[in-house]
Amino acid sequence: MSDQIDQAEIAELRQQMLKFAMLQLRDEQLAEDAVQEALLGALKNIEHFQQRAQVKTWVFGILKHKIVDVLRAQKRQLNLSELAEPNTMEQLMFDRREHWQSGEAPQAWHCPAASALSADFWQVFETCLTHLPEAQARLFMMREFVELEADEICQLHNISHSNLYVMLYRARIRLRECLTNKWFQEV
Amino acid sequence: MIITCKRATELLSQQLERPLHFGEKVSLKCHLLVCRGCTNFGSQISVLRELSREYQRQQGKD
Repeated sequence: MSDQIDQAEIAELRQQMLKFAMLQLRDEQLAEDAVQEALLGALKNIEHFQQRAQVKTWVFGILKHKIVDVLRAQKRQLNLSELAEPNTMEQLMFDRREHWQSGEAPQAWHCPAASALSADFWQVFETCLTHLPEAQARLFMMREFVELEADEICQLHNISHSNLYVMLYRARIRLRECLTNKWFQEV
Repeated sequence: MIITCKRATELLSQQLERPLHFGEKVSLKCHLLVCRGCTNFGSQISVLRELSREYQRQQGKD
């Protein structure tokens, strides 16, 4: 019996799911709905699962699908105007010959195994994600969190592959910069 | 054959979405042989991917 999920655990799981959905949907109502549907779907079949870890992995799997459904339904809302803006980040990083500006070349991170990082680190990670421009954040999370392939994302948002590559590139540049400044102090 | 750091970082990022063509691979490899900054950039964006996977695992456990 001790392996079964109780009410308090479901409440906590719900909170974790909500946080995950909010990061990607950036809309409380949509996130609530996705979590609710995922939980309902999951609880229907809960007796098939013996262990908590199994349930959580499975519920998050369902949640990912729900998030994709929501994003699919509102695909026109991805605002690609960011693409047209000159990328100040790139201008700061590279000189006119497109080589690293002096002092800008990345120094090695002193990074332990990802599983060994502290709660403080994950806080910083979330902060850096929320600081990304919206379209970049969405596309990055579809690719790295929901783990969709590039083809699927392009179809879903009706954007070209080259636009997707540019947006993911910019998201990675920003995240890298943010994590470097806020956590992996370059020595 | 000779590519800029900007191009090298673009290819390093795209490599996470698609296999590079032969020519792209060769010019990237040559660039990385002589460029520590781009080499670090490449390993850091791979770390970003690992962190994203781990972040999900953290969400999905106690």
